[in-house]
Amino acid sequence: MTGGTELIETVAAPMADAVPERVRRGRGWGPRIWIPLVVVAFYVLAAIFGPMIVTFDPVATDTANRLLPPLSHRDDGSLVLFGTDQVGQDLLAQTMQGARVSMLVGVATLLLAGFIGVVVGVVSGYFGRWADAVLMRVADIQLTFPGILLAILIAAVIGQSVLNVVLILAISGWVTFARVTRGQVLATKNREYVDATRTLGASNWHIIRTCILPACTAPILVIATLDIGSVILAEAALSFLGLGTPASTPSWGVTIANGRNLLSSAWWVSTIPGICLAILVVSFGILGDALRDRFDPKMKGI
Amino acid sequence: MRLAERPTGTAAPGTRTGPLLRVQDLSVSFATGSGRLRAVDGVSFDVGAGETVAVLGESGSGKSVTAQTVMGLLPRPAGRIDGGSVSFDGVDLLDRPDSYTRALCGTDIAMIFQDPLSSLNPVFRVGTQIGETLRRRRGVSRRKAREHAIEMMHRVGIPAPEKRVDDYPHQFSGGMRQRVMIAMALSMNPRLVIADEPTTALDVTVQAQIMSLLADLQREEGMALVLITHDLGVVADVADRAILMYAGRVVETGPIREVYDHGAHPYSVGLMGSLPTGDQDRLTPITGAPPDLRQLPTGCSFHPRCAFATDRCRTEEPVLRPAPDRPQAHLTACHHAEEVLADGIR
Repeated sequence: MTGGTELIETVAAPMADAVPERVRRGRGWGPRIWIPLVVVAFYVLAAIFGPMIVTFDPVATDTANRLLPPLSHRDDGSLVLFGTDQVGQDLLAQTMQGARVSMLVGVATLLLAGFIGVVVGVVSGYFGRWADAVLMRVADIQLTFPGILLAILIAAVIGQSVLNVVLILAISGWVTFARVTRGQVLATKNREYVDATRTLGASNWHIIRTCILPACTAPILVIATLDIGSVILAEAALSFLGLGTPASTPSWGVTIANGRNLLSSAWWVSTIPGICLAILVVSFGILGDALRDRFDPKMKGI
Repeated sequence: MRLAERPTGTAAPGTRTGPLLRVQDLSVSFATGSGRLRAVDGVSFDVGAGETVAVLGESGSGKSVTAQTVMGLLPRPAGRIDGGSVSFDGVDLLDRPDSYTRALCGTDIAMIFQDPLSSLNPVFRVGTQIGETLRRRRGVSRRKAREHAIEMMHRVGIPAPEKRVDDYPHQFSGGMRQRVMIAMALSMNPRLVIADEPTTALDVTVQAQIMSLLADLQREEGMALVLITHDLGVVADVADRAILMYAGRVVETGPIREVYDHGAHPYSVGLMGSLPTGDQDRLTPITGAPPDLRQLPTGCSFHPRCAFATDRCRTEEPVLRPAPDRPQAHLTACHHAEEVLADGIR
């Protein structure tokens, strides 16, 4: 081990310094990633801190100041940025409270659906055989039901609460995660480095932890980002139909439903939370698309 | 993964009787869309402790499948072991559950793969990967494992290992990656290392370096080394013995100089003839193509490409026998070994 090493030493030493430059190239976060990210961050901040600043009391009524349009003033001179609804509640406070509920439901749903989906995907992809057949047929059966129909059915059975909404949406959302994870596991498990790890005596659990799961993170993150918009939308739809969060926890869907009869006289009650919802969902959509292009350039344009 | 599971009696090399690895009459087949194909057909060979054995053959000759079977890496359920045994240290691995082989892996048997980029985990630093085995199997602390990784990287000739230990596999060149792979395989001082085409994916200049590194480490460690390759040139100076495979069977085996200089099988003679030697104007290729494993020729599977073929070759399958008038260890599976040898002298 003498002759060969010296020869290489001279060649490899300058290369070692040059390599990181080359690696960094092409890792930019373009505007397609950071603009929606800023919007989402703004929503998150508003959802966390907004209700602390502008407190919302679901049972308070102020009938003297009902249905004030946006940017008008109450009797006491305070500004109502988003207007008030039919019982005189501040729509800004209600919207920020709604953001809190909607995003909480969205994130909790994704965590639950993602967990179920990843476990199912890894089990069926890695161990295969009958487990794969059974789990994927269950997923197929699940997919034959329209998501919202299934959600309505379950909601009607188990009743209204924030936790139930999370459960319902996770039940109809895990399949995507399971399928993506399974595909990624199948693509990874026969890679040579998995065999190499195995020849060093690694257990299945160790291989799943060090080889399989790291390979799954990027696609799962992309799916989660693409999905969170539709989960928030589904939550709003459920609440709008009166099957989601109870009226005492006003999510966007509840507020939109409240203003439905007033659209001709007080458009803002439904429209403003609607716009908020739309902007957030669109932002997540763009972010998800951009992340997909970023992590999986081969999928670009599909 | 616990240490207590390590199943072998840790007899010091040399005190054991019998070979370290004994493959006997091994047959492996694969399910394909058009029926089963026999990838390995009745292969037998021994590898003694501290010995370097080259397994030679072209693509599809069954050499890699043999290695995969030994390591318990056969893709299931497509691959199936139809018969035979693989004994390590006198224990038949095929009789034991997979977990037994797993426990031997790393500590007693290790493997080096063909493509060092795809055989390193892209998401972990190389130092972590080299030290991982030690941390898992021996419960060594993170810091000790890192020191060990640096030491191993130094031993396999990676310059400035203190700096490079925190690099990722893609930041290394091909030859350096293969050195990392070797460091990983050797980090537990295995008694047997199987290298499956360790130089095929590398530059010609780097091939020789990696080969001499493997030879040096083999001498220092006293481990047994099985070199699987289709490149006869790279193993010529390194291996003690050669095993030549064709269409899933061993066609010739013996001391490497014997097989290279006094080939007693038309296939090995043909392989040598296809190597550039410098004193010839053109190379002599072996005519024809490797056989379709799903429809092997009857009798000797090499007969359609063989100049010596007679009717006997087309009907009767040759078995390994001592090469006529050659040292005893030299075996060949050819009906016409006498003529082949005589032809070689001419």
